[in-house]
Amino acid sequence: MNATTAPAYIEPVRRTIRVQAPAVRAFDVFTAGMFRWWPATHSINPTKAPIAEIVMEPRTGGRWYERGADGSECDWGRVLAWEPPLRILLAWQIDAAWKFDPSLVTEVEIRFEAQGPLATEVRLEHRKLDALGETAPGMRAIIDSASGWSGLLERYATEFSSP
Amino acid sequence: MAYGTALAALADPTRRAVFERLSGGPLSVGEIAADLPVSRPAVSQHLKVLKEAGLVRDEADGVRRVYEVDPRGLAELRSWLDRFWDDALAAFKAEVERSPQPRRRKKTR
Repeated sequence: MNATTAPAYIEPVRRTIRVQAPAVRAFDVFTAGMFRWWPATHSINPTKAPIAEIVMEPRTGGRWYERGADGSECDWGRVLAWEPPLRILLAWQIDAAWKFDPSLVTEVEIRFEAQGPLATEVRLEHRKLDALGETAPGMRAIIDSASGWSGLLERYATEFSSP
Repeated sequence: MAYGTALAALADPTRRAVFERLSGGPLSVGEIAADLPVSRPAVSQHLKVLKEAGLVRDEADGVRRVYEVDPRGLAELRSWLDRFWDDALAAFKAEVERSPQPRRRKKTR
């Protein structure tokens, strides 16, 4: 009778990739160079301005935000730990209508492990995802964002709405 | 919008309140209604919509019926993030390896 009473728990998303570069460089591209690889369509700026820059302030407690081509700034979260070139811990705080919400905190941790002078293993963990499921605004944010980002939501919705 | 149900299901504030009520664990319709300024039939209707949207599921618990957050719906959110990071990290890797390496320097540390 209590088989289903466990609270919902979403497993962290874990990803590991190897890049052919020194750890210092991998760290630098991930942080200071984020704008160079972050998919340009993945903006959350309510002004809809194209991303001009993605800023991750290089210190614990720093802001993480995008700056639009129109000069506007839109927060994404915060830097919870800044430990170059080994580790970054980010608070990913994106809420309803795909906006910054300081009350919603999921964590993204990225570790950089040198495996040679030109090889680095990058391990990413996006965790505390229950926050997304526990608050409808958070959940809605994900759903909303998927629609704008890559059409993945189409797939998502089809699963539930098909007869 | 083409992606009706899940998004629409949570757009209604009362329905959102019903859904949030379930985040602490399974509840019956009566238990949910007791906490909200809404009638039982209205709560049932909201639950029906949430269920159709894949966000909650129901199950018989003895003589009563309880509702809970559907982990498959949450798993869907997770798998969305899964794919998101796949794409982002692939782009990251390409950038790290594509850009010219900084001038070869002597060991600095």
